[in-house]
Amino acid sequence: MKLQRNALGRNVPLEVPGVGQFEPYESPFGKIDGMAPLAGARPFLRTVGRSRSKVASSLEDAIKKSGLQDGMTISFHHHLRNGDAVIPLVLETLKKMGFKGLTFAPSSIPDAHDCVADYIRCGLINRLYTSGVRGKLGQMISSGEADIPVVIRSHGGRARAIQSGQIAIDVAFLAAPTCDALGNVSGSSGPSACGSLGYAITDADYARHVIAITDNLVEYPVARNISIPQYKVDQVVTTPSLGDPKKIATGAARITRNPVDLKIALDTFRLMKASGIVAPGFSFQMGVGGASLAVSVYLEEYMTKKGIVGSFGLGGISGHMSRMLGKGLFRSLFDVQSFDAVVTESVADNPGHIEIDASCYANPFTPGCLVHNLDCVILAALDVDVNFNVNVLIGNDGVLRGASGGHCDTAAGAALSIVVLPSFRGGVCSIKEEVSNITTPGETVDAIVTERGILINPLRKDLLENARAAGLPVVDIRELKQKIEKLTGRPDAPAEKDGKVVAVVEYRDGTLIDSVYQVKK
Amino acid sequence: MIVRSANAGTLESSDCLVTVMPAETIEIEYAGANEKIFRGRTEDLVREILGKYSLTGGAVKIQDSGALEVTLRARIETALERAMEAIAR
Repeated sequence: MKLQRNALGRNVPLEVPGVGQFEPYESPFGKIDGMAPLAGARPFLRTVGRSRSKVASSLEDAIKKSGLQDGMTISFHHHLRNGDAVIPLVLETLKKMGFKGLTFAPSSIPDAHDCVADYIRCGLINRLYTSGVRGKLGQMISSGEADIPVVIRSHGGRARAIQSGQIAIDVAFLAAPTCDALGNVSGSSGPSACGSLGYAITDADYARHVIAITDNLVEYPVARNISIPQYKVDQVVTTPSLGDPKKIATGAARITRNPVDLKIALDTFRLMKASGIVAPGFSFQMGVGGASLAVSVYLEEYMTKKGIVGSFGLGGISGHMSRMLGKGLFRSLFDVQSFDAVVTESVADNPGHIEIDASCYANPFTPGCLVHNLDCVILAALDVDVNFNVNVLIGNDGVLRGASGGHCDTAAGAALSIVVLPSFRGGVCSIKEEVSNITTPGETVDAIVTERGILINPLRKDLLENARAAGLPVVDIRELKQKIEKLTGRPDAPAEKDGKVVAVVEYRDGTLIDSVYQVKK
Repeated sequence: MIVRSANAGTLESSDCLVTVMPAETIEIEYAGANEKIFRGRTEDLVREILGKYSLTGGAVKIQDSGALEVTLRARIETALERAMEAIAR
């Protein structure tokens, strides 16, 4: 594999065998520079004629009728979180039917699905396109055992790749919490209700064939909150259960009591205030990590007190954000993925809570994805480096254990992107000389907030001035790194990156931002 | 001189379990989630502490659950004190 250095000094291949050619990463917005339209994939037309029921007799039958063949591409969505049983059900059925060499292209892989490793081992899957990998699958890929092409994409990047034809989905398998006989699908009702089906909408738009799998076949039509309408769905399959309701219907994440997270959250909120963005019309995205979620508590209190009404909340939507919508603190929520099931009710009943697809959320090659209108995003990280680059994919042991998600999309899009993380984790300093893998380039990260100080990207002189003027604990990133390493000790020099490339990481515009290397045991 | 095996610490996160045993030469075993990135640091630390106690031999086994350097130091020193001959008070 021939490698070339990209603009961040990372070696990336120009071609991934069995996948195609890539360009090296250059800059966050270098590819988004004009009005010229790009050629792309188009939705498939079908000639199936009139029907009053698309319900197949079995999953096997539906797969046979779909025309799926060895070597084709199948897709799934991850909205059922760790409760999902549809991915294992379909993969096991495909294995029994004798399929080989499929490209597995889910929107992401829930943490619980270690079984994917077995389906790679038996040859069912021989290419993997995903947002992230964890657990046994991560170990299998990092150790080199998987030995298949792996491309990691952000949520916006995946939508772009589907629309460009780079990911050509042959059959999309959609877990459908509520569905009727003609394939109108809703995510916000039924025993396996999960809220938004945002990522699945894009798959349904562009797949050659779409199979909805449901445990809640209702009388025609599904009249309310249709996520995916019938004209995009080819077949319907019923199954007793889409998964474990306890793990699908997770409660609202609790607000952390960890003093480190609370200190980070308070300083993050102070930085947001100092920057001047928390004003009427404010737009915001946050994660559900301890510190991120706690920021929203301070924000809620402040917006309520000052009578500030924000324009929109975006993203993965948490129960806390839907509560803020309910209180009128945001005029709308654009929801591509509901983080917990308490959001479901809001999706179903609040007209200001709007289900959006992955392209609308973050596809950079559109005339206006929503991440580009964000005022502020709060993001987590595994570690960062002195150039503000962020890694969310690889642990300290070099093994894949995370997901790209919307990290690089929102960091690039938001006017103020803040990464929150504790100064050290597991005895290891969170600020590295160089992160092991760049998911999000430092030039799109405005600030990093740790419990030991706020680090501001030198590119943001205005933010630095505002933070200093507000008396915030701003520190130099190298000085803080040294201070933390006095506690943790200095890590040994990282191993030479001369190993085999086991995965490539795409930036949202389709260029390669970094490679993931084999970890020797 | 190390006359018996002894340990200090726990396997709780942010701690480490240090076991010290008599040995002719210095033997260091370091395992845990950070074994790839902190081997050098930890071996230097063990040698420094053994030197402080004027020990030229001893087997030191560390199971690290993400301990800070001060924690490692305290656990290693405590394990050594427990393993060495009783000091007259």
